[in-house]
Parts: sequence; C-alpha cells; structure tokens
Amino acid sequence: MLVVTCPVCGVQGEEADFHYGGQAHVRRPATSDPVNITDEEQRDYLFIRHNPKGLHFERWRCDRGCGKWFHAARDTVTLEFKAYYGITELPPVELQQQAKGPWADYFKSVAKAK
Amino acid sequence: MTGKPYRLASGGNRIDRSKPLSFSFDGRTVQGFAGDTVASAVLASGQRVFGRSYKYHRPRGVIGLGSEEMNALIGVGVGARHEPNLRATQIELFNGMTAVSQNRWPSLNFDIGAINNKLSRFFPGGFYYKTFMWPRAFWKHVYEPVIRYAAGLGKAPEDRDPDTYEHMHIHADVVVVGGGIAGLTAAEAAAAGGVRVLLIDENPVLGGIADLTAGKVGEGSVAGYAKAVADRLAALPNVQILSRTTAVGHFHHNYMMAFERVGDHDPSILAAGAPRHRLWKIRAGHILLASGALERPIAFANNDRPGITLASAVRGMVERYGVAPGTNGVVFTNNDDAYLTALALKKAGVNVQVVDSRARPQGELVQQAMAAGIEVSPSSVISKVDGNLGVKSVKIAAYRKGQGRVITEKKVDCDFIAMSGGWNPALHLWCHNGGKIRFDDGLASFRPNTHTDAITAIGAANGSMSVAETLAEALSAGEAAAKSVNAKAKAAKTKLPAVEEPSRGALEAIWFAPATGGYNEGNKHFIDYQNDVTAADLELAQREGYESVEHTKRYTTFGMATDQGKTSNLNGLGVLSEATGRSIPEIGVTTFRPPYTPYSFGSIAGSLTKELFLPIRGTPIFNWHKDKGAVFEPVGQWRRAYTYPSAGEDKHASITREILAVRNKVGLLDASTLGKIEIKGPDAAEFLDRMYTNMFSTLKVGKCRYGLMMNELGFLSDDGVTVRLADDHFLMHTTSGGADRIAAWLEEWLQTEWTHYKVFVTPVTEQWAQFAIAGPKAREVLSKLEPDFDVSNEAFPHMSFKIGRMGGYPVRVFRISFSGEQSYEVATPANLGRGLWDAILAAGEEFGIEAYGTEALHVLRAEKGYIVVGDETDGTTTPIDVGLEGLVSKKKADFIGKRSLEQSYLKGPNRKQLVGLLTEDPNDVLPDGAYAVREVKDKPPMAMIGQVTSTYMSPTLGRSIAMALIENGRARMGETISFPLEGGKVMKGKIVSPVFYDQDGGRINA
Repeated sequence: MLVVTCPVCGVQGEEADFHYGGQAHVRRPATSDPVNITDEEQRDYLFIRHNPKGLHFERWRCDRGCGKWFHAARDTVTLEFKAYYGITELPPVELQQQAKGPWADYFKSVAKAK
Repeated sequence: MTGKPYRLASGGNRIDRSKPLSFSFDGRTVQGFAGDTVASAVLASGQRVFGRSYKYHRPRGVIGLGSEEMNALIGVGVGARHEPNLRATQIELFNGMTAVSQNRWPSLNFDIGAINNKLSRFFPGGFYYKTFMWPRAFWKHVYEPVIRYAAGLGKAPEDRDPDTYEHMHIHADVVVVGGGIAGLTAAEAAAAGGVRVLLIDENPVLGGIADLTAGKVGEGSVAGYAKAVADRLAALPNVQILSRTTAVGHFHHNYMMAFERVGDHDPSILAAGAPRHRLWKIRAGHILLASGALERPIAFANNDRPGITLASAVRGMVERYGVAPGTNGVVFTNNDDAYLTALALKKAGVNVQVVDSRARPQGELVQQAMAAGIEVSPSSVISKVDGNLGVKSVKIAAYRKGQGRVITEKKVDCDFIAMSGGWNPALHLWCHNGGKIRFDDGLASFRPNTHTDAITAIGAANGSMSVAETLAEALSAGEAAAKSVNAKAKAAKTKLPAVEEPSRGALEAIWFAPATGGYNEGNKHFIDYQNDVTAADLELAQREGYESVEHTKRYTTFGMATDQGKTSNLNGLGVLSEATGRSIPEIGVTTFRPPYTPYSFGSIAGSLTKELFLPIRGTPIFNWHKDKGAVFEPVGQWRRAYTYPSAGEDKHASITREILAVRNKVGLLDASTLGKIEIKGPDAAEFLDRMYTNMFSTLKVGKCRYGLMMNELGFLSDDGVTVRLADDHFLMHTTSGGADRIAAWLEEWLQTEWTHYKVFVTPVTEQWAQFAIAGPKAREVLSKLEPDFDVSNEAFPHMSFKIGRMGGYPVRVFRISFSGEQSYEVATPANLGRGLWDAILAAGEEFGIEAYGTEALHVLRAEKGYIVVGDETDGTTTPIDVGLEGLVSKKKADFIGKRSLEQSYLKGPNRKQLVGLLTEDPNDVLPDGAYAVREVKDKPPMAMIGQVTSTYMSPTLGRSIAMALIENGRARMGETISFPLEGGKVMKGKIVSPVFYDQDGGRINA
C-alpha cells in the first residue's frame, strides 16, 4: 500500500485514504470543440492510456481528507512519487523534460501556447 | 510407533526439567517439560510419526526445527478453539494441551489411504489433469469428494471462534526482521542512533540459532553474546520487541505485516482477556532483513521416512530439548555445518557416522569429527532407506558428482538420518515486493541482489554464513539505517568483540542422490514433502513439455503447499537443472508470495466482526420499521424496509396489500435514503446542463425535472428528480445507492474539467428525512395536516415544489411520483423526521393509509414502466436503449456522454431495447434475468436475444408483468418470444409497451 501526500491540504496517508484517478493530462476533446471530433479521437480519449515503465503522470483525490483532486508524478518501477502538483498545474519543469509519450507532446504544446 | 523414550539424561537449554507438563496427542497422554514444543515432547516419548502425507499417505515425521517445518502439521485445541495445520516444531507446550495428527484414517500407524503409495504409478505429476477427466460428471460427484476426503490437511473448526483478535498500526523508523545475532546486533546499532526500532522475531526466545552455532564471540559463546545484546535491547526505551511474531509480508513503500501469536502458548493469557492473535500493520522507514537461512534437505531415495531430519533440527533437538533422534544415526551432508550435528550427537552419547558426498571434506569441523572418532565416508551418498514407520537401515553408495547410477553400495544399520544439503538465505520477504536476487555458486543458492525499497538484508539472509561477517555487516547496516531515516543519528559506539570460529570447507551442491533400482516406485526422492512432489515428477513434467519453471510448479504443485517451498524450492530447481542441462539461474525461480507462514483468519478479521463487520445506516424511521416487524433489505449500507408483514401474513400477502393500498387509498414510504445533493452558485445551471442529458438551465424556480446522467462512455449511470430552489440553487435527487458516487462525480468534473465554474456541491442526504405520500387520497392526507401553502391541483401540480410548514413541521414538498399515483414527497430536517412520520400516519388513518416497503415500490414503478438504473441498465445501456431518447438534448452542444453516444459502435442496428413482456399464461412469472432466445433447441447453445430485467406478479393488473432488454425490441411489438428455463420448461412472452398501467398519466396528474 502506497503512502500518498496531498499537496492541497498536506495530509499524508495510506493509499486507501485516497482515490486513484487514472492517467493525468488527458484532454477531453468535447470541452473545447464539441462538434469536430472524429470517432478515433473520441475513442482515444476514452480508452487509450499510456502504460510506461518508469515516469507516470496521474490523478489522485484526497478522498478522506480535503476532497480535492491533485496530480502526481510517480515511477511505476520504484513506486516512488517524484512530485505532487495542483490539478490545474503542470509538473515541475525537470519532470516535464523527462516525460515521454503523450505527456511529452502535451507539455510541449502547452509551453508553445504560452 | 511408541518406542523407548529418547529424552537424554541431561542437557536442553530450553527446557525446565523441574516443571513437568502433561498433554494429549491423538488421545494418548504424553509427558514433557516446560519449554518443550509438541515436536520435542512427542519425539522424546519415542513417537516419530506425526502425520500422513497429502497424496500418498506416507507416514511422516519432523523434518525441521521451526517455521520451516512442512511435514509435522498438527491440529491443536478442541471444539471451536481447534486450529489445524500448525507446525509441531513451533507449538510451545502447556499443561493440558490437546493436539492431534492429521490426514490419517483410521490411525497414524495404519492408514488405508497408504494404498495410494502402492498405486503411485497412477499418481504421476499432473495426475489431477490426467486421471480424473472422464466421465465428466464423475468429477463433481465421485472423484472430487473422494479426493477432498482422502487428501488435504487438517479440519477447520465448525463453530464460531470464541476468541478475540486485533489489528495494530505502527510506524517505526527501523524495523528489524529476525532476532538472531544479525538482527540483534543491527537493532542495537540502529537504536544507538536514537531512532525508533521495532524488532520482530518469530520465536519465543531471541537469539535465532546462536545456540547451535560454533565459535566464540569475545570471551563467551555465540549464544552468550546474543543473550547479552537481547538483554540490553529490552532495556532501551526506543526499542520495541515483538516475539512470537512472524513478518508475513512486505509490500509497497515499506509496508509490512506481522502476525503475533499472543496467547497460543499460554491459556491464562487468553483467560485474562488478551486477544489470541494480533496482526501488525507496520510502516517502516528502513527495514533490516535478518531472516536467516533455511537448511535444505537432500533428494535421496525415500528421504521422507520418519526419523530423517534436517541436521540443524537434530542439533536443535539435542541442544535445546535434550532429545536424541535415536541411538544410532547417519549424518548425510555436502557441507561442513552438519559436522556440528555429528559432534553434538557424539557428545550426547549417540552413535553416529557421517556420509559426505564431497570427495575431500577437510574443514576444521571435519577434522574435529574425525578426531572425536566419528567415522566419515567421503565420496558417498545414501542410496536407499529401509523401513516404513521409521528408519531401519540405509545403503551407502560410492558417489562422484554427476554420477547417475549406483555402482557399489553397503548396508548400514541405523535408526535415524540427519541430512544437510546446504543453506538457503530466507529470501521470501526480500522478494515479496520485487527484490532481485542472484545465484551464488559458493552457497549453491540465491542471495539478495538489488531492491528499490529501503531494505537491507544482513547476515545469513544475505548469504553471509560466518559469525564474523554477519556481525560486521549487521553493525554497519544498523548504523546506516538509523542515518537513512535521520541524518543526525549518532553512530553506534559499540565495538565488535573478536570472533573465533572454525574455518569451513567448500560446499558441493548435490541435487539428486542416485538410488538402487528404478525411480519413483518404492524409491521416491521427495522434493516438496508437503505436496508429495518427487524428483521424478519434476523430470516427467519436463519431458511432457512443461519447460518453464512456473509451468512445472502448477503442473506438479511443487512449491505450492503452505510452506511455499521454503525447503523444496532450490532442490526442485537443482533437479530441473540436471534434467535439462540448464543452469539454475537460467531456469529461474518461481515467485515468492506472501505470507511467509500462514496466519489465522481471525487475525485478518481483527475486531471487524459481527456488528463491526460493516456499518449499517438506518434512516430516522429505522426503529419504527423494526417495531412494525419490517423485513429489511440492504441497499448499499442502508437497511431499508422491504415490506411490513402483519400477524399471519406472509411477505407475498403484505406486498400485495401495500400495493393495493397505494393504488386504491394512500400509502406512506420512507424514502429518506434517496440521495440528495444541493448545487449552488452562479454557474449551477450551466453545470447541470453539462452533467445531465437533458436541459436544466430552462427549469423554472419551484419546478421539478426528471434527469438522466450518463458516464463519458454514453451509458446510463444514474437518474433522479432535480428541483430548482432559486436561480442559482438546485436540489438534486440521486438513486439511494448512487448518492456518494454522484456527489464525487460532480466534484470531479468541477475540479478537473470546468474549474472556472463557481459552484458548490453539498451532499445533504442525511440532513433530511423524506417520505412519499402516494395514492388517490394523498392530497387529502396533506390537507389534513393543515399546510401553510395551497395544495390544490391547480396551485401545486405534478412536478412542482413548495416550501412551508405542515402539521407544525418545516417541510420541502415535491410533487413527484415513482408509483404513477398522485404523490407528494415530503422532506423535513432529519431530527424531526420521526415526528412528521407519526403525524402523517395519524392524519392518514381515516383514509386507510398504510406504510409500504421497497418491494411494493418496485412493483408500482414497474407497472408504470419506470426504469431502475441498475435493473433496466447494466453499464452498457444507453438512454436510447431504454426508450428515453426524448430526454437526450439535441440543443445542448456538450454534456457528459454526448459525443460517445454518437460513436459508430453505439449506433449499431441490433441494440437491446427496453420492452414490456406479457407471458402467455398470466400466472407465469418469468425468472429475473431469464434469457430470450432466437430459436428454442433441444439443448444449448441457443442464440440469445436479450434478458428479463424486472419481473413481478402485478396485483393491480391481476397478472404477471416483466420488462426486458431485447434486440431491436421496439420494432418487435406484438411478437412472442421464448425463454427456455432450467428443467426444460419454456415460457413465452409477448412484447408490449413497458407502460402497463395508466398509460395516459391521468392518475399522476389527478
């Protein structure tokens, strides 16, 4: 059972006190453009998840604490949490640089937009 | 076999000869001493057979010294306190104990099942898969019951466990597993750094096998050193010691579970009210694994005869309990350590000789043994054992490594054998959470390699087999562990005492000792004793193509017994290695799984039994329901009144009565469990438009609207009525079971997707008691309570809402209906709920009001064709499937699930659609979940076209009704479809509209 720390209220607890919310930084296509979404885009949004060995960005909820959602970066091999950050935030820059797959693209696109 | 007593005249560092004890073993009274185990006392009494083996029913005795024991499994205690499958070597004796052997019938020395041994050619590896396949029906009715009776281990007690158990949660800076010299030294070093140390040891006495270890530490014995450190630790305030406690598992982030046997060894502890077992849930900063090593047996012919014991266990019996294994023995070894056993036996006056597979044994201990006059036969193995219930003689054969056949042999009379194939580091805990291991040719065993957790293996667990190495490693690991959890930890001041110990010659692996005659018939080389797996079984599995060691494990059941392969694992790999010509690292190891040793179900449950097992939620009316004799049904954690049978009524009669009361007069339902969520804020309306399939921003204040919720996949997830209390304020109803889930769901989208919305979501389910007053007389009951608002149909029509006072109570009243009748749901603050409930009943008395339960509710709604999410939907059902397309907004650009509903795979032609069903015979009630088929055939398979989702006998209509999801159902109105049932009966039903009653809704609006 993992030990998790909530970056919002600061409480540290057992995994069972939190709720795991799957892969982080998955863009919901309908929020920005509800009209022009292909079946494939919608399928990818619903079902396609990245399952890397190593650095993984994910969502958690502080279920029995403050109730807030937050982000975490975790190594799936060592199970070590590398960072916790807000639900509307991006991970620390050095982790963004280590990110692979869809996350790398996403972080780059956000940086570009800025 | 009860022979001459084997208790030695003197010796035994664990026993107190001034305190004799008496206990019962298989009904026979046996004497022992305080400090004995069941194993030592029974052996001392001259009995060697402790049980019969799992498959062949071969007589079996003690093989090990402690928790590694896999053979001498016994049951202890009587009645509800009986516990099976305990290791006799670990059970501390107390006066009056009752112990029994297992898996024998009718008796230990004569066992009918032993015929299996003679028939063993029919029980090869994988026999489960080969023998019992045909005829199929025989498996269930003949083979399995017989196998279950004949095979297996102890019997579970049948009564409720009278003892108590508890869970303990603890954080520790440094956890030391194992109280041998490595663990003790490391614990002291860590404690010196000022951190909190938890020392866990499975034995009653700390020290591990220090008392069986040769050499000197400082001026004293190894055992003396261990005792001194243990005493110092006991006095330290920052050290907690758990004895009789086994670390059973290691999990993520240094989470560890340990099983403490608090009261098993002394009934007075239980009598004083202590729990019997504790399960410790430990979060460790750093773990020092000092779990020691386990001696491995040698695979030689009939190496399972009672009287064949591990060399360390023989030494332990002599040194700890003053028990001789016999009078004339053979030590069979491939390493120097077993010579210590030979020396101990010789010293105790037992005649002994050594058979050593190595060509040139020449370590210091070998020299000592020879000097003591012990005969040593090098380049030799035991090729045969004669005797059944014990050992009568052995054949000793000349051997050189790699030799497969016996060439010359000689017979030697003896009555016991001590064997040692070397030592395996106890890697189980290291591996539970993914620790890597590597093969060490010197040990001919695996040892720890890398680990991603903060865990360090020390001493024998790390493959360091000498005292000097162990102490040095333990000291530095203890200091480092303290530093790792607290950088300011002070270094230990302890200086290690000088160590003197005999030098050791190299071990030479031997995985299989050649035997006289053919293999596996009369000559069984046991690898896994507990599961009766032999070397021949493993080789057979290889020949049959089970090349992966994981496949071999499942096929032969090797390593799958309760001992989890502690003594068998490596020997099995050795046999596979020789059979395949691949090295052991190439073959690989099977997975080590928790627990290290089995722990009790009681400890897993802890105190969470009976009423603490699952918290029950009751509404403010719960006690009224109880007093009224309600039958309850669980709805999530709620207990809801299912129906209220009165005297002389069965459930069917009371449900019918309740339904008819609602249809003809008026009924009262406790609907307090209904989920209630207040949603408030300037963006509340827009937010609800995102969450529901239909539009809520257009809802007028004071009006109610039924809403559907989908998940992002486009499938129905919940439904309920929402009322607009103010422009920026809504009150949402959810299903009773969905309240928490939907509140969390709303929060998730607010926090993660539409973070700019200014909306608060507040679950208020338990703040309100809520009742449905339903039936043609409902309005009259309401009027009788003198509400301060107009309840006329014009002023308060269906789907509208009022706030006011009624019968003196503050109320929120929703005119909504789940029964199809004129219906008002009245909510009042929970603490006033019971008062209002009583007031409504009093007001309704003259109209014949009756309380109705959830079953009546369900029949009423089914008569009207109202869906229940979870009955009419199964997680793959869309709003369109259930005929509610009209509630899926076409105007809104986006809401949860909208885009998914347009995916091509949800637009297929053969979706199952909700329909009503009328059976041909109105008295036939279709079974819930019954499948409709395209065409009825004599036997399956038949193509299925859908299933029944709700089915009832409708008292209102005087006939059965059902709802079903049927392929293309709405296009098949009027068609009759078939439901083949168990037993050959086929029910037929006509597809109709799911609204069976009051199709124009006249009653609801009356």
